[in-house]
Amino acid sequence: MNYNWNWHIFFEPNPMGTGTYLDMLLSGLWLTIKTALLAWIIALVAGSFIGVLRTLPSNTAQWIGFLYVEFFRNMPLLVQLFLWFFVLPELLPRAAGLWLKQLPNAPFWTAAIGVGLFMSARVAVQLGAGIASLPRGQKQAATALGLTTAQTYRYVLLPLAFRIVLPPLTSEFLNTIKNTAVAITIGLIELTGQARSMQEFSFQVFEAFTAATVIYLLINFIVVTGMRFLERRVAIPGYISGK
Amino acid sequence: MIELRHVDKWYGPTFQALKDCSTSVAKGEVVVVCGPSGSGKSTLIKCVNALEPIQGGEIILDGIKVNDPKTDLPKLRSRVGMVFQHFELFPHLRIIENLCLAQEKVLGRSHDEAMAKAMKLLERVGLKEHAYKYPAELSGGQQQRVAIARALAMDPIAMLFDEPTSALDPEMISEVLDVMVDLAREGMTMMVVTHEMGFASKVAHRVIFMDRGEIVEDALKEDFFGKPRSDRAQKFLSKILQH
Repeated sequence: MNYNWNWHIFFEPNPMGTGTYLDMLLSGLWLTIKTALLAWIIALVAGSFIGVLRTLPSNTAQWIGFLYVEFFRNMPLLVQLFLWFFVLPELLPRAAGLWLKQLPNAPFWTAAIGVGLFMSARVAVQLGAGIASLPRGQKQAATALGLTTAQTYRYVLLPLAFRIVLPPLTSEFLNTIKNTAVAITIGLIELTGQARSMQEFSFQVFEAFTAATVIYLLINFIVVTGMRFLERRVAIPGYISGK
Repeated sequence: MIELRHVDKWYGPTFQALKDCSTSVAKGEVVVVCGPSGSGKSTLIKCVNALEPIQGGEIILDGIKVNDPKTDLPKLRSRVGMVFQHFELFPHLRIIENLCLAQEKVLGRSHDEAMAKAMKLLERVGLKEHAYKYPAELSGGQQQRVAIARALAMDPIAMLFDEPTSALDPEMISEVLDVMVDLAREGMTMMVVTHEMGFASKVAHRVIFMDRGEIVEDALKEDFFGKPRSDRAQKFLSKILQH
């Protein structure tokens, strides 16, 4: 293979005049982190809400939860982002569509919300399973004490269910971070996007993507470590993952 | 205090769990409900505080109709203590927090007031030194005593016990029964589903015998143990008193 390795490329100035190639990647990293964090917050909030709906006795609530989850998890993420980014503004009344298209940072907001909603369906299913796995008597005991349904969830069921599903939620957080890379298709120049433009400007494709790979591994390692720490912090003595 | 009139309960369209059950528990009365497994005794007592809905008849609790859509169920339930077969302490809360949760969130007591009450009750059931442990760090008998204390913390007008000793090792049964006997002697209104005939003969005023969803016998304790009227009750008694 005729390839000129050049690991010094990272310290050479980039053609945009915004510092070195390394600075380019780091700005991409920052955008990846921002997008992933916002998407994860959306996924957690919406996913928790829908996850709870799916466990309520009300048929209406279960139906809403069912439709929501099936809508967001049965379409490829790429298609969903295209839908929000290209199709939605056309479907709206002209003025609203125009306003949407001219929003500053439209790719960022679309990516964060789009990935967030896509991931929220998965959070909802997992949290729902966590709640369903609790002994039925827990809900009965809380109810018998006079707690309302909302209080029962807030003080008894959710604290237990979240502890149970913490390990799979870690995986979903990692997936959220990795899924933000799909947003290069709607013009979000995050870490993968910056690696690609670095490759296009410098022709150092292997260095660029090696660096991107290492950076992804690093972020995810930090997340895994953080979540492990959290799991240990909230472990209940003598119960589930507690010792 | 507790009155059941012609109560019918169905699980699904085909299985009738309770058939035309009528009985009552007067203030200060201790009523033991017994019968073979699947006879509907747990279902019966869970209908009293509407943990299970009924399809026919009516249940009156302290003058309030339980199966009336207008009844404030959480409020009504907070006035009746319930103790479960599997204790159902909240595993993520310390013992003292288990006793304080509903006092604060349902009755609106201040934290200090709730703590004082909780400590007094823990002392009463002999578990004061375990106040800051988690449920899983206690034995089954201790957990059940905590569960009784948790119910008493709400200053209930009556107590419901659903097989409170069935999940306990033999040596732990007596420590729980002792607490219940004391309670009965203090004049607490109690409805107790149990197979502990020793407890029944010691403190019960009346015994209800159920079979296949029906109240087969509802008699004064002396009459029930002396000469049960029905064949089924006689057979049941001879079986469980064999050993």
